[in-house]
Amino acid sequence: MFANLAQLIRYRGLIQSLVARELKARYRGSVLGFLWSFINPLLLLSIYSFVFAVILPDTHSAAVEPYALFMFCGILPWTWFTSALSESAGSLISGGNLIKKVLFPAEILPLVNVLANMFHFFLGLPILAVFLIYYQRWPDPWDIVWFPLTILVQLIFTSALALGFSALTVHFRDLRDVLSNVLTLWFFSTPIIYWIKEAPGLGKQVLDLNPMTHIIVSYQEILFFRGPIGHWRWLLATGVFSIALFLACYWLFDRLRDSFAEAV
Amino acid sequence: MNAIELTNVSKIYRRYGGRQFATLKSALLQRSILRDLRASETFPALTDVSFSVPKGSTYGVIGRNGSGKSTALKLVAGITKPTTGQVRVTGRISALIELGAGFHPEISGRENVFINGIMLGLTKREIEERFDEIVDFAELTEFIDAPVKTYSSGMYMRLGFAVAIHVNPDVLLVDEVLAVGDEGFTHKCLDKFAEFRRRGKTILLVTHSLSMVERFCDEALWLDGGRAQGHGDPRRVVDAYLSAVEKSEDVLLATTTAKAVAAVSVAPVENPPPAPAAPETAQPEGELRDMFKAVEGRWGSREIEIAEVVLLDRDQQPSFVFHSGDPMSIRLRVVAHTAATDFVFGVSLFNIDGVCCYGTNTFIEQMDPERLEGEVAVTFAIESLDLVEGTYKLDVAVHTCDGYPYDYHRLLYTFRVKSRTPDAGIYRPRHHWTFSGPVTFRAADAAKKETKEQD
Repeated sequence: MFANLAQLIRYRGLIQSLVARELKARYRGSVLGFLWSFINPLLLLSIYSFVFAVILPDTHSAAVEPYALFMFCGILPWTWFTSALSESAGSLISGGNLIKKVLFPAEILPLVNVLANMFHFFLGLPILAVFLIYYQRWPDPWDIVWFPLTILVQLIFTSALALGFSALTVHFRDLRDVLSNVLTLWFFSTPIIYWIKEAPGLGKQVLDLNPMTHIIVSYQEILFFRGPIGHWRWLLATGVFSIALFLACYWLFDRLRDSFAEAV
Repeated sequence: MNAIELTNVSKIYRRYGGRQFATLKSALLQRSILRDLRASETFPALTDVSFSVPKGSTYGVIGRNGSGKSTALKLVAGITKPTTGQVRVTGRISALIELGAGFHPEISGRENVFINGIMLGLTKREIEERFDEIVDFAELTEFIDAPVKTYSSGMYMRLGFAVAIHVNPDVLLVDEVLAVGDEGFTHKCLDKFAEFRRRGKTILLVTHSLSMVERFCDEALWLDGGRAQGHGDPRRVVDAYLSAVEKSEDVLLATTTAKAVAAVSVAPVENPPPAPAAPETAQPEGELRDMFKAVEGRWGSREIEIAEVVLLDRDQQPSFVFHSGDPMSIRLRVVAHTAATDFVFGVSLFNIDGVCCYGTNTFIEQMDPERLEGEVAVTFAIESLDLVEGTYKLDVAVHTCDGYPYDYHRLLYTFRVKSRTPDAGIYRPRHHWTFSGPVTFRAADAAKKETKEQD
């Protein structure tokens, strides 16, 4: 298992070019091309802003004003998470030709989906920066140090689930449909469009069990809320959990690896 | 030193019976997830196969469809793992199993060459160095910047082939991929193979083209039903394979014939004979029978009956497959239920289109009947069966001089003529070519020797 994991480093060139291909191919043939990476989060944000600022204006406390910025801090990483998972779940099946006909470490396929979506996340960051400047929210310099770490934790957590889901989806195709509904539920179980402090007592405990809560709250504390990050213990715990989960999912993936070429 | 070594390799594919409709939910509810991931049924694709390919040699694998050839290739490529046994390969492998696997339709040929090359184990720089050569080889200079989805299937295959062959592997695995281009491209591929051989690379070739195995390979392996049936000198292996194919054809023709005879013999005409004709009447009637139904038949009074028809080969063994130019005998077992003084034996050969290739009888050949009684054997011996390759049918009959049928078997017997020369027509006259002046041809053996000397 660890030998296979180490082998991934040898294939970094391939991962790199597959991610580049994924990014190029996605917008090939569309008029706006790469601009969609900027437009998509903007459109999503304007929809939520419209709903929560115009239709339901009094649903949030004053602490999370400007509300659009608050939501944006959560929606951007959430989009990465959710698209990475839904794309990677089917990646082994759609890449079946490669697994069956080319000697090829299969885990590259889900990881490429995760990384390509991370790249889209990065493209959304300048927009976030523009908003931060517009609202004159200057993140604490010390907080900024935590920002890459949060991304890293999210990367490990997302990769873990991508590996696990992609491997199981080969054998249980219905997981893809299950997953899309789970992700919707998950979205509302994560404090993205509401503030975690507003959650009632029991709700807060339930939210604490959700690793994405701590990742998203960390983003919010770093980027949105003034003052030092108060959530770093949770973030580190989530990081440790993510590494354990990654190893477990990789072990599962490794166990099922030999069945892929026959089952896809 | 061997480049490829398979030792007692078995591969058992798992068939997940009924698993298609299983869901994760039901698996979790019944706690059967691990059990479901185990197979309910297995299929042995390869059983205890061992072979080794010395470095620098070309090795052919032949066998009918489903014999395990491609499985063997995938094992060597490392795409699947053997269930038991060991596979050892030394050197860099490139597998021409599926060309252009992993091409992305939306991006250009150029970008796909890079990604495909990296997938096959090249570095970016190596691809840059070989890029022009690859594009030239694929004959796609004009279109290399167009998205691959606009390529024709031939262009797609050519590009895939070009990339794979420029990986510069030590071991090249080829699975039936030479049918990728026009005549010219195929020649170029063969030249590339010859170059590989010259440079001392190892080639493992899976193909149905027996002539290619005979021409190119130093050794060959014949797989059947996942087992090695023989290996060694390609010519010998190909011959063994061909004769096995004949044997199975023979069995098929035997059942076909038995069915045809049984089908027309069940309804007895007046004066029913005690024993019906075919020995294998127990065969169930199948679709094969329908193929011949329209034309076949048996009629006659059966006062004289043809109880059995056997085709005999050179060694007087019953057979249904003959080689062009071989002797063939048609032996009839004739039973005369009443003594007769007016009788004619007749035989005709038809090809599959229903064209009569030859027909004769004892009356035409001015043999004057005198007396026939009891059981006799009638043999019609053909010294040399000068027919081209194909399937032929046989009429046999016994009737009176003026045509009243005792027993007429119409197109009930099928046999096949095999030939290694794909000549046209029906009849192959004994012939030879002579040339005057400076005309020479290379003998097949000499041609092979020559390519080897280039190695």
